[in-house]
Amino acid sequence: MFETAMTAKDFWMLVQGAGMTLLVTAISVAIGTVVGVICGIFRFQAGPWWAIPVTFVLDVCRSVPLLIQLSLAFAFVTAVLKLRISGFSVACGVLSLYTAAYCSEIVRGALESVPPNTRRAGRSLGMTWLQDMRYIALPLASRVALPSWIGLSLGVMKDSALIYVVNVSELMKSTKDLITRLQEPLFLLLLCGVFYFVISFPVARFGSYLEKRWSND
Amino acid sequence: MFNYSFRWNQAFQSLPDMLQGALVTLEVAVLSMILGILFAILLTSFRLSGNRVLRGITTTWVEVARNTPALFQIYMAFFGLAGLGIAITGWTQPHLGFAVDLRLSPYVALLAGITFNNAGYLHENFRGALKAIPDTQTRSARSLGMSAPQAFGYVVMPQMLRISFLPMTNQFVWAILMTSLGAVISMNSDLFGVTDNLVKINFRTFEMFAIAAVIFYVMTKIVTLSARLIAARLFRY
Amino acid sequence: MIEIEKVRKSFGPLEVLKGIDLTVAKGEVLTVIGGSGSGKSTLLTCINGLEPIDSGRILVDGVEVHAKSTNLNKLRQKIGIVFQQWNAFPHLTVLENVMLAPRKVLGRSKAEAEAEAEKQLKHVGLGDKLSVYPARLSGGQQQRMAIARALAMGPSYMLFDEVTSALDPMLVGEVLDTLRLLASEGMTMICVTHEMKFAREVSDRVAFFHQGIMAEIAPPEELFGAPKTAELEKFLAATH
Repeated sequence: MFETAMTAKDFWMLVQGAGMTLLVTAISVAIGTVVGVICGIFRFQAGPWWAIPVTFVLDVCRSVPLLIQLSLAFAFVTAVLKLRISGFSVACGVLSLYTAAYCSEIVRGALESVPPNTRRAGRSLGMTWLQDMRYIALPLASRVALPSWIGLSLGVMKDSALIYVVNVSELMKSTKDLITRLQEPLFLLLLCGVFYFVISFPVARFGSYLEKRWSND
Repeated sequence: MFNYSFRWNQAFQSLPDMLQGALVTLEVAVLSMILGILFAILLTSFRLSGNRVLRGITTTWVEVARNTPALFQIYMAFFGLAGLGIAITGWTQPHLGFAVDLRLSPYVALLAGITFNNAGYLHENFRGALKAIPDTQTRSARSLGMSAPQAFGYVVMPQMLRISFLPMTNQFVWAILMTSLGAVISMNSDLFGVTDNLVKINFRTFEMFAIAAVIFYVMTKIVTLSARLIAARLFRY
Repeated sequence: MIEIEKVRKSFGPLEVLKGIDLTVAKGEVLTVIGGSGSGKSTLLTCINGLEPIDSGRILVDGVEVHAKSTNLNKLRQKIGIVFQQWNAFPHLTVLENVMLAPRKVLGRSKAEAEAEAEKQLKHVGLGDKLSVYPARLSGGQQQRMAIARALAMGPSYMLFDEVTSALDPMLVGEVLDTLRLLASEGMTMICVTHEMKFAREVSDRVAFFHQGIMAEIAPPEELFGAPKTAELEKFLAATH
């Protein structure tokens, strides 16, 4: 339906960009989730005072544009600390922190939604704190947390479009570079948008399906 | 390790320009919220209209807004509307004898992109809020002789406003943050654009972005705190 | 006067009203009893036009409720209705709940509406709750507020749809007392209820609905004392 000057090589560039988007998302979500779960349990267990540092990071992530977070982190690492670190690592670091902050909030909320009596029942059977967490609290909490976690992961994927600012050629940047060269903005943007949509839409639908199903019982 | 020499003074000289940029950022965010709310209401009425085409417009709009990056939406607004502008310009030349140039400024494209995003998310907020108000509220309002618009205006809408107030505040904060994406379509009058331009001149990258970060932080804090105050005054039940 | 002539009404394949004929005179208190699904609540919502009907007609003071030319909003000012679920407007205080419709629908001034609302709330025993939000009231108090809200429109008729069914047993008495008060003041009322003792006490006539048909209608002594149909006999035996 479109007349295009795009070559197979150009298309390959887009595919690589898409691969980069997925890679950065996967790394950030993986690291961020592990850190976030630990921080979330800690915040739940330690009470509000100890939670202040995590809450502050979360607050900053919510109040400062990601573009600035990335630019600032990159400038700090390369200019202030004078470290030779790639934009890719900085991007993964910032997005991991971002994921961890949100994830800890999700985990804490989910743990708070587990009725204390259920947990007391576990403890009264002679379970240790760890056993109670492992067999009772976390399994119940994960039902509450999973839909939000899916939403968070998709959010990270969409937000990863901003890491062009630290010179990582993910999908959005590849698209933009091609637009400059081929001058076919609408066709190229459409391709790019379809990629995001095709991944995000079904997963988001699945998430809201889980939410609906699990909130009924 | 810290042999980097911070030059805060030099960076602070740009503060007036940056605050000017912050005003533009706020302006775009406020306009995009007002337009976003209007479009969200329009999309809601489309969804409730029962017409399949109109419902389809709502579904497409909402799903694209929620399932693609905001950056993509702003690009799309820029190139899409620019394409439309060129088409109109090209059409007017031979037909009217002069060209109506509707090619977009980055400002309008950014506003359009953020509005598109806002409308999609706000539509979902309104939908949830409407669902949370039982039909019986409308029914008893009607039974007192109120017309349908009266029942909606005096009974349903105030309750809906309360439920969607906090999500609306969050979307407003999000709109403020989204203005920074204007950089990709060469918007240079907003806070991020101003900062980015000045950095290219004075090279105080870290200092400049740190100041910009603090300004954004303070702006969003003022917004959330005043929203909380307004909510406490408005919703005393 | 409310005149109901051969009214039929279906929800999908289910016919809930199978030709009802009934006239309620000014000042009369009619109670309607019957099992669930007998169509008695539907009849009330049809009388003030909240539900359309399939055939027949309903006249209120000679105005046909379901005629296209009828201004329903105007007609409803004459007919107050109170539902099983009290439906307080949660965002308004008790006083504002009662003032809203008189101000917006009747165009009363604030002072007028406030005076009237205060009068009605005192009438139902809520004079000390004027500036409280409904969430702070008990179910019985909310239901009495709903009654005051309907009364503030100055209706000629009041319809009560199982107003005590959703209440704790402890709170039923205070609402029934309010209804008794209205009945003693000569208000024209149609009460759908499960409270047989109440029906026996206050009614001029009692109607028994069974599967969409008005099986019997008579003064209470007669209806409760000498049921004519086997269905009513069975129903009364089950409720006592």
